[in-house]
Amino acid sequence: MKLEDEKGFDITIIGGHDKDGNPEDLNLTIYSGEVVSIVGPTGSGKSQLLGDIEWMAQKDTPTGRKILINGQVPDVEKRFDIDSKLVAQLSQNMNFVMDVTVKEFVEIHASSRKIEDSEEVIEAIITQANQLAGEEFLEDTPITSLSGGQSRALMIADTAYLSKSPIVLIDEIENAGIDRKSALDLLVKREKIILMATHDPILALMGDKRLVIKNGGINKIIESTAAERKNLVLLEKLDKKLLMMRNKLRNGEIIDCIGWE
Amino acid sequence: MKLITVSGPPSTGKTSVIIKTIDHLSQKEIKVGVIKFDCLSTNDDILYKRKKIAVQVGISGGLCPDHFFVSNIEECFEWGLKEELDILISESAGLCNRCSPYLRGSLAVCIIDNLMGIHTPKKIGPMLRYADIVVITKGDIVSQAEREIFAYRVKEVNSKAKILFINGITGQGTLHLADLFMKEGERENLKDSKLRFTMPAALCSYCLGEMTVGKDYQIGNIKNINL
Repeated sequence: MKLEDEKGFDITIIGGHDKDGNPEDLNLTIYSGEVVSIVGPTGSGKSQLLGDIEWMAQKDTPTGRKILINGQVPDVEKRFDIDSKLVAQLSQNMNFVMDVTVKEFVEIHASSRKIEDSEEVIEAIITQANQLAGEEFLEDTPITSLSGGQSRALMIADTAYLSKSPIVLIDEIENAGIDRKSALDLLVKREKIILMATHDPILALMGDKRLVIKNGGINKIIESTAAERKNLVLLEKLDKKLLMMRNKLRNGEIIDCIGWE
Repeated sequence: MKLITVSGPPSTGKTSVIIKTIDHLSQKEIKVGVIKFDCLSTNDDILYKRKKIAVQVGISGGLCPDHFFVSNIEECFEWGLKEELDILISESAGLCNRCSPYLRGSLAVCIIDNLMGIHTPKKIGPMLRYADIVVITKGDIVSQAEREIFAYRVKEVNSKAKILFINGITGQGTLHLADLFMKEGERENLKDSKLRFTMPAALCSYCLGEMTVGKDYQIGNIKNINL
């Protein structure tokens, strides 16, 4: 199988200013394989940050930010080239409008990516998606009948294997029966830079660092501390417990044991 | 004055994209006006007026909307000059998928959406093929993979166009469209300017009001299916 090698990719964000014109003191480089979470209230400017990266802003967007690729000013003519899009966006909405099976869907996507011998990739994507989703689906399941969790799992696996974009933006992976940690691990393994806008403490703490957005500017960069990482372990345990109870509920069982062994 | 021709199938978000783009231009004190071409009726002029954008409406009624466009655009251009506009935008719906209301020498923008299905780019024809910029809307309601597949299909039909993903509700992407509008050259008039593609041919008895089915009633430019 032929896949593009994205090793060694990095982006640098050079600060502009916030909504009131106060300078944004920032020179941040993010390397492939890094997970960065973005936190901040709704409307604070998370999408604009992403927009700046996608557009390879050169002080020509409302924030005045500048983006460097591998330390260089990128060729801005590439902005409109769909084959060199920097950001693959996993949006919150996961609706499918195409009337095809899972296999056909991935095949069409692979062919639009000009990947030959796609059999192997297609199989890998469907297997991975099934591992992430928990509820099994088959290659001849119509994509329009996938559940929310299954669709999301399929899109994450698809992005990991088929998208050439070196940066993946995730807009909140809600807890729709999908293994979030494995999902992130899969993308990291494919040498992607992951930017994840989230309000979920588990996801936020999974990031190597998190950017705090306030009034349109990056206000703070927090590196996870040892205590935070310890809390993450605790939160994950809690989350597993909750998942277990949800499954019990689903199977018609009684929720009577809530001990913390 | 710059003339920009915008077209696209009904309900793809033409008016939303144009209004959001004009917002950016107005901030730079660029004066923009719109001519809205439609078939039967439109309320879009109300949306433009609410934003204090100079607007004129042309309803083609029983006529082919494309023929209606080309026989009115010169006067519309003169209206724009009289209003002292910096940019005049013509907005029209491609109703029979054969329409291509683009002029040589004026920026041509085609607006389509992700919900139309992946075979649509091939069906739209000249409206898509002859555009300089293709705007794809409603990307927020489909998956990443579908967006990519759709854009690829658009590129198969029109490899030269710049493809922009725009969210008509939030306006994400319209800043870049506004930049591209500003790069467009100025025109003094439309005298002797040429269409990019021929209009749909039509001159038969039905164009003139005939309603009865049958060979005896068909006069003029008639084409039969080879069954």
